[in-house]
Amino acid sequence: MYGGGNVFEATKFDTLQNEDPAKLAEFEARIARGEKIEPTDWMPELYRKQLIRMIEQHAHSEIIGALPEGTWITRAPGFRRKMAQMAKVQDEVGHAQLLYSAAETLGKSREQMLTDLINGKSKYSNVFNYPAFTWADSNIISWLIDAGAIVNQLANAKGSYGPYCRALDRICAEEAFHLKYGHDAVVHMATGSPKQREMIQAALNRWWTPIMHFFGPPDKMSTHTEILMRWKVKMASNDDMRQQFLDMYVPKIWELGLTVPDPNLKKNPETGKWDYTEPDWEEFKRVINGDGPCNTERLAVRRTAEERGAWVRRALLHPKAKYVKPLA
Amino acid sequence: MNEQAIKDLLYKLADDQLILGHRNSEWTGFGPILEEDIAFSSMAQDKIGHSLAFYTLLQELGEADPDTVAFTRNANQFHNSQLVELPNGEYDFSLIRHFLFDNAEIIRFEMLSQSSYEPIAKVATKLKGEVKYHVLHANTWIKNLGSSTEEAILRLQSSLNEALPYALGMFEPSKYEQELIDSGVYAGEEAVKAEWLKRIQAVIEKTELKLPDLESIAPRYGGRYGNHTEHLQPLLDEMAEVFKIDPTAEW
Repeated sequence: MYGGGNVFEATKFDTLQNEDPAKLAEFEARIARGEKIEPTDWMPELYRKQLIRMIEQHAHSEIIGALPEGTWITRAPGFRRKMAQMAKVQDEVGHAQLLYSAAETLGKSREQMLTDLINGKSKYSNVFNYPAFTWADSNIISWLIDAGAIVNQLANAKGSYGPYCRALDRICAEEAFHLKYGHDAVVHMATGSPKQREMIQAALNRWWTPIMHFFGPPDKMSTHTEILMRWKVKMASNDDMRQQFLDMYVPKIWELGLTVPDPNLKKNPETGKWDYTEPDWEEFKRVINGDGPCNTERLAVRRTAEERGAWVRRALLHPKAKYVKPLA
Repeated sequence: MNEQAIKDLLYKLADDQLILGHRNSEWTGFGPILEEDIAFSSMAQDKIGHSLAFYTLLQELGEADPDTVAFTRNANQFHNSQLVELPNGEYDFSLIRHFLFDNAEIIRFEMLSQSSYEPIAKVATKLKGEVKYHVLHANTWIKNLGSSTEEAILRLQSSLNEALPYALGMFEPSKYEQELIDSGVYAGEEAVKAEWLKRIQAVIEKTELKLPDLESIAPRYGGRYGNHTEHLQPLLDEMAEVFKIDPTAEW
């Protein structure tokens, strides 16, 4: 998980006017040739800023995303699910670690990023401001939110910034397992007892809007992203990713006998694209700006974790603290 | 060999691993640094896996399947030491508990890998390599934080004092103790404790922490016989919350 639906700053072209035109031209030529940009290479400030923002949002989404699913680790039914749920959520925290490291190569420290998260300055994926009411919600997240994240991340792995691409390659490899795990759990629910079927359908109903929101606002509403696409920071448009997701997963959802709560959802034979009811984009804006069902709770949990752990970080930084080699 | 004695030993091992694994997993998303979230989650996975291995041995001896055994018993049917069921508290308490528990567990696993009871010997041989890393993790952090800030040292010392009576409770002898020793299953809890003391002392000496005189501490016994603190039943209720919606369902 859990990248996607990134919020980009409106690109301010005037900042580009301060850049050396020759260097900028060479930079753009390198990207056009498919070369990767590395941390010590020259890059325009705008590129650096947008990348920090994107990778940081992605990292935050991983640790905040660990919370709704993490709630279900201690409740997972049976050994098989308990061990898989633990491993899955652990992977997500590991992804955060990788991504913070990738973002740090651009000059912002992990501590500063976490501070900005807690202060509400940095965003994270909107979907995690919704609660996972039941075990079935956790299954839907594991399957469909991870599926959405894979669509997004496979695209971004072909981007221009080397450290981010390499992190995404590793992340996508693990996500592939999450997808299998999530699908397997949903299959068990959807083909299980009447109670299980009812639970999984209710969870899908709850999560459909957040899933549609996941890829971000429709292209016609999005801020101008042409330059981000040219610099291979943003690799696919929100609508393209949403269409790709619907194409891959709606048939699989229907195959399980589940219903998608959108009567207008169908593939249009003429355009080859999916028609659907636009989700409430006002709700999206409200939630991303802090007014969702769980925003306060998620940040409060993160803040508590940071505060409770502060003494450990202080101790590690203390000059008296000896580095202890982890050897027998 | 007395099958009841073996079962009693297996339940003790399995229940300790399950409950501590469960507690460790509660750190996911809440660690003081991401690396510790990840480490506690890794150990949680190992420990739950170890408990499954021992419950599987129990099933081979005629007990119910591991899911039923783990997810449907009440607190008074659990044989874990009270140490592992205590809430995580702050990171210092979780770290101290981890240090005290795993330094004992590795000794038990080392002994059991030589056991006259072959199924246990096989499992213990396979798993002790994993517990070794748990011990390395605990010892590294104790040495590191135990000689850092005054704040860290005070926290760890206070958690050590709080955890020790419960840690001594790990060595509560089973009613089959002598039989297990005589038949060469393992050398028994007194022997584990003696070796444990040496090992934890060696680590603590490298820090500014002080090990209180253990002779003056009354062990918190009872766990091995189903007597638990008020913390175990809520943990079990939470663990079984989904499972009990329909115990016959496949999840």
